[in-house]
Amino acid sequence: MKLAYWMYAGPAHIGTLRVATSFKNVHAIMHAPIGDDYFNVMRSMLSRERDFTPVTTSVVDRNVLARGSQEKVVDNITRKDTEESPDLIVLTPTCTSSILQEDLGNFVERAQIEAKGDVMLADVNHYRFNELQAADRTLHQIVQFYLEKARKKGELPTGKTEKPSVNIIGISTLGFHNNHDCTELKRLMADLGIEVNAILPEGASVHELKNLPRAWFNLVPYRELGPMTADYLQTEFGTPYVDIAPMGVVETAKCIRKIQQIINEQGANVDYEEYINEQTLYVSQAAWFSRSIDCQNLTGKKAVVFGDNTHAAALTKILSREMGIHVVLAGTYCKYDADWFREQVSGYCDEVLITEDHGEIGDAIARAEPSAIFGTQMERHVGKRLDIPCGVIAAPIHVQNFPIGYKPFLGYEGTNQITDLIYNSFTLGMEDHLLEIFGGHDTKEVITKGISAGSDLNWTKDGSAELNKIPGFVRGKVKRNTEKFARDRGIKDISAEVLYAAKEAVGA
Amino acid sequence: MTVAQEPTALNFECETGNYHTFCPISCVAWLYQKIEDSFFLVIGTKTCGYFLQNAMGVMIFAEPRYAMAELEEGDISAQLKDYEELKRLCEQIKRDRNPSVIVWIGTCTTEIIKMDLEGLAPQLEGELGIPIVVARANGLDYAFTQGEDTVLAAMANRCPSQVPVTENEKSERNGIQKLLNFGKKKEDVAQEESEYVNHPPLVLFGSLPDPVVTQLTLELKKQGIKVSGWLPAKRFTELPVLEEGYYVAGVNPFLSRTATTLMRRRKCKLIGAPFPIGPDGTRAWIEKICSVFGITPKGLDEREAQIWEGLEEYVKLIRGKSVFFMGDNLLEVSLARFLVRCGMTVQEVGIPYMDKRYQGAELAMLEKACHEMGVPVPTIVEKPDNYNQVQRIYDLKPDLVITGMAHANPLEARGINTKWSVEFTFAQIHGFTNARDILELVTRPLRRNNELKDLGWDKLVREEAKI
Repeated sequence: MKLAYWMYAGPAHIGTLRVATSFKNVHAIMHAPIGDDYFNVMRSMLSRERDFTPVTTSVVDRNVLARGSQEKVVDNITRKDTEESPDLIVLTPTCTSSILQEDLGNFVERAQIEAKGDVMLADVNHYRFNELQAADRTLHQIVQFYLEKARKKGELPTGKTEKPSVNIIGISTLGFHNNHDCTELKRLMADLGIEVNAILPEGASVHELKNLPRAWFNLVPYRELGPMTADYLQTEFGTPYVDIAPMGVVETAKCIRKIQQIINEQGANVDYEEYINEQTLYVSQAAWFSRSIDCQNLTGKKAVVFGDNTHAAALTKILSREMGIHVVLAGTYCKYDADWFREQVSGYCDEVLITEDHGEIGDAIARAEPSAIFGTQMERHVGKRLDIPCGVIAAPIHVQNFPIGYKPFLGYEGTNQITDLIYNSFTLGMEDHLLEIFGGHDTKEVITKGISAGSDLNWTKDGSAELNKIPGFVRGKVKRNTEKFARDRGIKDISAEVLYAAKEAVGA
Repeated sequence: MTVAQEPTALNFECETGNYHTFCPISCVAWLYQKIEDSFFLVIGTKTCGYFLQNAMGVMIFAEPRYAMAELEEGDISAQLKDYEELKRLCEQIKRDRNPSVIVWIGTCTTEIIKMDLEGLAPQLEGELGIPIVVARANGLDYAFTQGEDTVLAAMANRCPSQVPVTENEKSERNGIQKLLNFGKKKEDVAQEESEYVNHPPLVLFGSLPDPVVTQLTLELKKQGIKVSGWLPAKRFTELPVLEEGYYVAGVNPFLSRTATTLMRRRKCKLIGAPFPIGPDGTRAWIEKICSVFGITPKGLDEREAQIWEGLEEYVKLIRGKSVFFMGDNLLEVSLARFLVRCGMTVQEVGIPYMDKRYQGAELAMLEKACHEMGVPVPTIVEKPDNYNQVQRIYDLKPDLVITGMAHANPLEARGINTKWSVEFTFAQIHGFTNARDILELVTRPLRRNNELKDLGWDKLVREEAKI
């Protein structure tokens, strides 16, 4: 058992449902108690879906507990099959049904006999995988299912498309800015003269899946969703893949060069260098921004980055490599894929933090005292508490992170969006401080920057009065340095004298 | 089912139970705020945690006095000892927060692996020195607001069973008494006592925001009725005294287990009344309590009429319109009854669970309201099937559907007005004072859509989409 208040990645079935409901005409049936269908609320609210979320529950109640589901699951599958004629029904186990250990595979087989559509059981273990891992697995499972089915029927198309083409793998519902990224990638591919063979899973029909091998290569923009499918397609059909997220100017160029290499190996004769040059210097404003005076002012400013692998790694590299910002700490909650993250950010930050505990990252931020944070909604709230601005760069996210306006993170327009996000976070912080330095009447209490770490020291009246005279934006640092000074010397009560002694000794 | 049949008596149906609602563990969201010295520990899985985290939105960032005891694989396979694990976590909670009570919320998982929470609690309670209350608010058995019912039923067993013996000088020990009389001189207290009619002690049950508690308490005071206590009180240490023979009355329709516990275990007498939702309900609630104590209610006619008058601007927006309750929070019957009084036609009352005894007076009042207003009596559909309901909604074309968020946006996109049902649980809707707030909620979609109606943007799904 562990005490938990907050989690970064959801439970496994959320990942399965995200993939299943991204497809067109695929229905998911959860084997779950009443109330576990909260996914429908999230999809309907966060991404403001106009259509009913194709997820229903085969309810696990007292009777099921006593006698097993018996006909219930099979009935629910066949009922949904007739009501909505989906191409595929994905039976989704939940944590509850995992422990019941009913033979869901058997239910699927029985339901398949009657159902016109296909039926499958999502193969995810609730206690081993989180939302992201489960999503990756489910996508792979569905793709494999339909390719094997096509092969068995002899319906697999042979050969590649005439012109270079790509499958974009990993765009899904409730993904962070996924729909905007998808549009941007399509635009990028069009610019490069590459046909889009398929986009997975968002908006795809399972009938199209048999055409996946026709693509010249696969593009997997996100580390969290798609690699398993791309691996499978490579092993099975020899389709190479590009797994460099085109996020930031340098990485986008890298991604395009990799694409160039891969399709030239297959007989295309393309040279994208001029395109990259043109886009970098004149279309994307990010390169120019990095030379401008604005960005100069950000030089050496401290930032903390935390999020999923894809976004945290990309942002770390952008901040450090493209803007000269000092990333003191880069972290991810993708513990299961920590090595990849370490390798990606090595050389771009002082310290790497791999954790699923929001308290740990909160304390690390409080210690580091960055000028800006780039993180999830949780870090935004940490920032609020500490008076540090935060740009949201990764899930978990709220409804405001599903903007209606065009806000990709990928491709050349993505570099512009990210530049705005970064710059706006920093200037807001500056503004705040200027306000406080000039004319801000200082009625605030002493800022305690620790989130959960308490202080064992006592500030005397004159000590804290003195501390309050120090401008707000350095007060936290002075306080902490003074306390460190006091602790080192075994001083219990911090008076004005101690404060100044600390200043003299350690420059607090 | 159709309006043409014009049924005259309430018709009860039961469907498949395939409906959307919140998990009952959501009750921690409002109960930890209500009971200020409590700590709620939800013993469950990531799924439970994910739900709470998302359903509570920003509350999660305010260092809430609740946490998950997240079960891991070792807990499920009994490789770890439940007692030791819970002890470790509860000691940490005691250290960090020092609450007056820890409430364990049992979940589906603890049910399935048969974790004996009721057995473990007394033992750990002894060791820890903090009361541990166990409530099995799981999705196997209950829906949404019923979570509060399970918690309050468990708390009912913790209410002190008698007023402390030393009545005179040391009567200050009685927490509620002390609170009510706080800072007053003895003579004032005596004088205040005389404002009340002599009646047996009355304790009200149901968690309401403090302003609403004050409003309802004062409403009864006007009739000379003294509220001896509320279950729950603001603090766990202030739970009301419950002696055999005390009278109790519920303020919410989903508290049937609590009512049963109060009657059977605490030997209290339940006043079965409609619930104080809407001016009609509030009046009937007060009248019923008065009648039990043999009091002739004063001034209720004028009070109710005056409230209705103030509501007219809202009522005229919904008069003659139809409403369909998909059902998810058990407030449906009371709200339907009030909306019938406002002149609406109720097409269907979906409800997760129907306790015909506990809600008896409310059901009778709904039927009576329909007859008096000359509208058909609705069918009450217990454990509804959302898919079937949506088909009925397409057929009936109600002017307003009260539903969960899973269906609200898709229905709006199809040109059907909806109101998100959960808001009724969190808004202040009880008593005379708050009738306006109910109508503010009910009419909001109609007011909004009135303003947009000339734009021609009613249906916002493509033709090929299934309607």
